[in-house]
Amino acid sequence: MNFFTPTVLKAMGTATVETLEMVVISGIITVVIGLALGILLHVTGKGGLAPIRWLNVVLSAIIVNITRSIPFAILMVALIPFSAMVVGTSLGPIAASVSLTIGTIPFFARLVETALRDVSAGKVDAALVMGSTKMQTIRKVLVPEAMPGIISAVTTTVVTLIGYSAMAGLVGGGGLGRMAYTYGYTRYNMPIMITTIIIIVVLVQLVQIIGDAIARKIDHR
Amino acid sequence: MITVSDLRKVYQQGSKDIVALDGVTLEVPTGKIHGIVGHSGAGKSTLVRCLTLLDQPTSGSVSVNGKELTNVSSEELRNARRRIGMVFQHANLFDSRTTEQNVAYPLELVGTPKDQVASKVAELLELVGLSQFAKAYPSQLSGGQRQRVGIARALTTDPDVLLCDEPTSALDPKTTDEILELVKELRDRLNITVLIITHEMHVVKQACDSVSLLEGGKIVEHGDIEAVITNATGRLASTLLPLPGDAPRAEGSGPILDLLYTGQQATEPVISSLARQFNTDVNVLAGSVEQLGDQQYAHLRLQLNADADLEAIVNHLTSTGIAVTVKGAK
Repeated sequence: MNFFTPTVLKAMGTATVETLEMVVISGIITVVIGLALGILLHVTGKGGLAPIRWLNVVLSAIIVNITRSIPFAILMVALIPFSAMVVGTSLGPIAASVSLTIGTIPFFARLVETALRDVSAGKVDAALVMGSTKMQTIRKVLVPEAMPGIISAVTTTVVTLIGYSAMAGLVGGGGLGRMAYTYGYTRYNMPIMITTIIIIVVLVQLVQIIGDAIARKIDHR
Repeated sequence: MITVSDLRKVYQQGSKDIVALDGVTLEVPTGKIHGIVGHSGAGKSTLVRCLTLLDQPTSGSVSVNGKELTNVSSEELRNARRRIGMVFQHANLFDSRTTEQNVAYPLELVGTPKDQVASKVAELLELVGLSQFAKAYPSQLSGGQRQRVGIARALTTDPDVLLCDEPTSALDPKTTDEILELVKELRDRLNITVLIITHEMHVVKQACDSVSLLEGGKIVEHGDIEAVITNATGRLASTLLPLPGDAPRAEGSGPILDLLYTGQQATEPVISSLARQFNTDVNVLAGSVEQLGDQQYAHLRLQLNADADLEAIVNHLTSTGIAVTVKGAK
């Protein structure tokens, strides 16, 4: 019996594209916003370049911690009306990207904050003593020196996004998660289930290998 | 020239006030190398942070060539900081930048044209002897080479003052001497004022023209090396020119004298002339004689005969410019 009919193959292709779409869209937005948030978390924190206590409390304890403490499966469902409001529909990879982005930004921001914290205070002092403004210190010293850690954070975040995107697929996002659910779970089609798993594993491995290679290339420590 | 007047720093720790700097006043003339020594906890780190305004002093002022650093706008402070080049204990180079990019950093901040940056960086790397390492990353350099890059980077803005915070404390003895030689050479060439904060007496002996002893946030002793080393009552003399730790104990009952002297006397046969003139025996218990810069310094511990005319001998020695301390008879 042939499990891989042309219809199935076509669906598999579409699902893979949808997964990639979700991961790429939410990945890019997460990195942009999360990087800024991570920098803010570090800079406004105690001993940071510009400690602002109230802002740090709002960002760290309220926004980041609360978002991170809600399990993604629940956050995703809760955000369906919001996604519909933003993109006009609650279905499809674009709509799923909204909740994926909101779910992963705090995660990525925390990783960025940790990477920035690993930059020795002496380097920041050196930058300031040479007459750098705070902005120059962030742009030219803090972020470049933390870059290997930030790249690793991006890798970890994209891998997490691939996992989350499978979950988002179940509530209307489509993609490989949806594929595995429809064919593998509701129709007991094991070969298709396994194939989707293999595709996801390959995706994760690729992301990890590429991420590690970039991190190694730019790490001069 | 760098002038520090009545610098105070008080930290708030809970409800307690911790006085880290308790009125530090000091002046280093242009072209001189001044050492500030002190044990950990004496306030050295706080002093460095206050001198560069990384920490705001509670009161007092810091000025470089008459230009005030304290109580200025943040833009003025950034410009003033460029008058001070700073060398750190661990160099604090940026790992993501090559040697030349590290040295270029201060120029990059003010948007200096590329060709000017390139020629300045080449000149500085030549000066510290690292031209062939221009494209190397800090992780590919040795500790001494990293410190040389740090020094080159500190000189990029043609500062008036070079502030060195424990510049050799992470280096081995041979590299330490090489770095200190470099600092002296740079001072001679650029006529720059140098302030070295250190806990190593060796650094002071090797490189400094004058020295201050920092203790409990205060400068408790200061002066030119020659003056402090021959000041028998000072604390720096015995730490700068210590007697060997395993000096033999006195056995006779004669009085024991500690002699500190410099220059002229150091090359004269003090002991034999003493023996001849007073017709007595002199026993050397311990001694160290060192050449620092172009000066010779000696620290001797002598024991005289029990029946020697102590007063006359002390008077005679003092009159020839030797600092004498009588340790008493055992």
